[in-house]
Parts: sequence; structure tokens; C-alpha cells
Amino acid sequence: MDQPPLNSLYQTLILEHYRRPRNKGELDDKTVEVHVHNPVCGDEIKLQLKVEGDVIESARFVGTGCSISQAAVSMMTGLITGKKLSDADALAARFTRMMHGDAEAARDKQLGDLRALQGVSKFPVRIKCALIGFDALQEALKRTGGEGGA
Amino acid sequence: MSLSIDAAVVRRDFPILEQQVNGRPLVYLDNAATSQKPTAVLDALDAYYRRDNANVHRGIHELSRRATVAYESARSRIAGFIGVSDPGEVIFTRGTTESLNLMAFSWGLEFLKPGDEILLTGMEHHSNVVPWQLVARRTGAVLKWIELDDQGRLRIEALPSLLGPRTRLVSLMHVSNALGTINPIAEIVRVVRARSEAVVVVDGAQAAPHLPLDMAALGCDAYALSGHKMCGPTGIGVLWARRSLLEAMPPFMGGGEMIKVVEREASTWADLPHKFEAGTPDIAGAVGLGAAVAYLEHLGMERIQRHERELLGYALDRLAAVPGFQALGPTDPSERSGVISFTLGDAHPHDIATILDSEGIAVRAGHHCAQLVMKRFGVSATARASFAFYNTTDDVDRLVEGLGVVRGIFG
Repeated sequence: MDQPPLNSLYQTLILEHYRRPRNKGELDDKTVEVHVHNPVCGDEIKLQLKVEGDVIESARFVGTGCSISQAAVSMMTGLITGKKLSDADALAARFTRMMHGDAEAARDKQLGDLRALQGVSKFPVRIKCALIGFDALQEALKRTGGEGGA
Repeated sequence: MSLSIDAAVVRRDFPILEQQVNGRPLVYLDNAATSQKPTAVLDALDAYYRRDNANVHRGIHELSRRATVAYESARSRIAGFIGVSDPGEVIFTRGTTESLNLMAFSWGLEFLKPGDEILLTGMEHHSNVVPWQLVARRTGAVLKWIELDDQGRLRIEALPSLLGPRTRLVSLMHVSNALGTINPIAEIVRVVRARSEAVVVVDGAQAAPHLPLDMAALGCDAYALSGHKMCGPTGIGVLWARRSLLEAMPPFMGGGEMIKVVEREASTWADLPHKFEAGTPDIAGAVGLGAAVAYLEHLGMERIQRHERELLGYALDRLAAVPGFQALGPTDPSERSGVISFTLGDAHPHDIATILDSEGIAVRAGHHCAQLVMKRFGVSATARASFAFYNTTDDVDRLVEGLGVVRGIFG
């Protein structure tokens, strides 16, 4: 099966987040930290959240990896800042559905910049790259005792 | 530029290479991961299953006789390929990983004592690191390391100071899958012999497909290789070791085929090589590997080596002109094999591989099961183009063109 065109993968917005990641660095006052690592490709994300009550006050990350993994986590941290834990969990679920080809989920405006990653779903070997940050988020939510564990 | 092998002719033997991938003719540059298989190997597998299939060394019937002859002929041919006169020293395994694990778990668990030293190198594949870690933990042996210089060559000048009476085993790769470095095995063995009684094990996975091999000239005690990287099928490989060493080692696995007499209390072992081949072996795999070795011998390993060296020289020259291109490994082409592990500016190796794939070019991206090497050179991953004798200068030109597309996206 032939690949879809490359420009469906390497959207300008993705490359822009890759070159200038948002929320990159460490949090001084984190309440939870999750380190995820893809041993197959070496992608690594350390995600830190500061959670107060049931709200994510701030989110930062450090990591290395491909444009898809780094752009996705950069976009994700922006979107979850100020969100309730349950909303962040719902976002993770929606994004995961989009990655698995759910066109309905992909139309959801709440995904914001993350919608630029829709094309990744057509590159099966790269879907894991887009999901690594959300894997970290779901683990962080679980540890925080929110609804992420579900 | 004309190379030592007329690839246009050789490529007819590899039907898989005649295809379009993503709308472009396939350029297969992932040979260090696995090689493609010539029709001679496919035909040997097919003929074995269609005509001769039976279990070996057991049956009285004609098919079992034929299967046994095919299996043992493959062993003899492989012995010849690596310059060994005693086929009993050639053990069939699933591949290099199993061969190295066999050495670690049979030899290592039997002979290593607390405080004994195992000497490895900083360029080893995980398959030549992890088995020794497992065995060291169980025996109390200690791992020591030969470090790499900035060009990814072993610091052999430090070797004498790493060797001593406690050094019981040295295990290292012949050719690096992540750097391309060819290690001077014969020279290393001489230094080891002068200062220790250590057993020397060599991981030949990346050497056997590309260099003429002669165990006597290398001087090592054991050598591991994988069939699938040298035009053979997956699931078959070889451990060669000196008869005296194999005889001193206990069996690695127990089962049928590896015994003489089984009693309730204890059993006695079959002679070499069967002592190390418990259970029904991968007979077809061995037959396929025998055919692969015959194919390589027909082309000539010296010629293959020459062709790949010419191609490597051409590739390194052309790639050096690509802005942002940076290769790991020795700068002198005579010190390396046809493995080019590289980075390209800010483009991550996975993105490089995806973009090259869209151009029909297959390369590997990642840590290449050599995380120690990645750490040594301060990268998390590289892209890797690796050659075989069926690659051409056209393939290199397509790679250079593909990297232009990468640069177009990542700037």
C-alpha cells in the first residue's frame, strides 16, 4: 500500500511546534512527574504537571524524539493547562480515537492544534510517536487519582 | 562509475528488489537489519519442503536420509565458508543472539567465579551485552569495557591494562552495526593471548555477509553469525567454537537429539555438534543457509568486499556534500564496512526514515540495539543506510536525492 502524501504528515504547524516547542523545561512546583520511553525508537518524554484540586495549573515537558512526538506533546501541554483532570482525560481519549482513524473525533474543535496531527493516523508506524505524550498524561492522571485511570 | 560486481546481473537473482514502493523503484538500504534472499535460497527451501522433508537423524526411511544429508551438507558448507575443517564445531542456532546466549549460559554459568572479569566493548549490540549481564549477576563475575575513540574505533592501546589473570572471557563484535567499524580481531586476539587465558568470543553478525572469514586467521575461540543477514532465511544461525571448548561446556538446552543415554538419575550427551542441538532443528533454515553460502561463495567474498568498499567510498563522498549530513564511525573507508549511521541537521532520524520511505528508500532509524553507542556519541538515535553487494551507485544517488527532500521539509 502506498503512503499518503508527505504533506499530510508534515504540516507546517507540526514543524513549527517541533522547532519551537511550547512548555519545554522543568516545573519547580510539580505535583506529579511521569517518564515514558519508547524502547523501540528511543523517544523519551518526561511530563510534569502541577495539579491543584482537580485542575492542571501548569504542564511542562522535557524529552527527545521525532517531530511528531515532540510537536504532539508541545500541543498537548498547551491544551491541558487550566483544564480539569476529567477534561484532560477526555482530551486524551478523543486524541487517541483520532489517531486510530475516527474522523468524528478529528472534527472536534477542542483538539485545537492537535488536529494538525490527524494525518499521522494514515502512517501506522508513526501513530505511537503521536501518542507518547498522551501515554504520559494518562499515567500522570492515574497517579493523581483523577479519572485518568479508567 | 563501474563497481566490482555487475549489480544489474546480480539483481535478477533478487525478485523482491524489482518492485515499486510508494510509486518509486525500491532502494533497499537496510541490509544490516536483514538482507534480501536470492532465488537460489528460495528454491532450496521450496525443494526441501516439496521433496525431502522429514525429521533428521532418526528415521530409517529414504526421506529422513535425504533430509539428514541436506542438513549435514549445509553444515559442512558453512564450515568451509568460515575456514573450518571440522563440521562438528559448527552448531546450528536460531541466530547470533542465541549463539551468544549459548556461550553465556553454557560456558559462563559453568566456568565463571565471583570476581572473574568479562571484557566487552562500548560498541556491542544488546545481544552481546545483556546475556553477559545476566550471567555476571548469577556468577558474581564483573563486566569491564574497552572504550571507543571519537571515530568509533576501539581504544586498543588501553587493552593491555584491561587484561589480567582474572580476565576469563573477551566478547566483541567483528563489525559494528551502529558505526560500521571493522575491529582488528586478529590483532586483539594476539594482545589477549599475551596477557590472559581468556576465551575470545566474536559476534560476526555484520561481518559474515561482507568479509571473507577464516577462523584460523582470526584466532578467536568462538564466532557467532546469523543466516538472515547473509542471504539466508530468518531463524537460523551458527555458533562456531573450538572442539576443546565445546567439549568442556555443558549442554545449553536439553531434549531429544542431544543425548546418548537417558536414565532417571542422569543422562549422557551426544557427540558434537548434536550435544548443542536439542530438539528438531530448523532443517529447512539450515538448508536455506547452505544455499545462501553457496551463492555468496559463487560471487566471491573478496569481490563482495571490494564492491561494497567501492560503493561505500562513493557514498561517503556524495553524502559529505549534503548540508547538515554527519556520519558516525571511522572517517577512513578502509576501517569500516558498508554501514552509514548518520544524522541530518535538526531532522530526527524517524522523520528522515519516513520521508525516505515516501521516496521508496528503506533505511533504519533508531538506536540499532546499540544504546551504549548512542550514549557514547550523545545522540538518541541515528538513521542508518547499509549496503549489500546488490546495491548500486544509483541507489546512493537516490539516497542523496531523498535527503534533499528531507532538507526541503526540515530546512
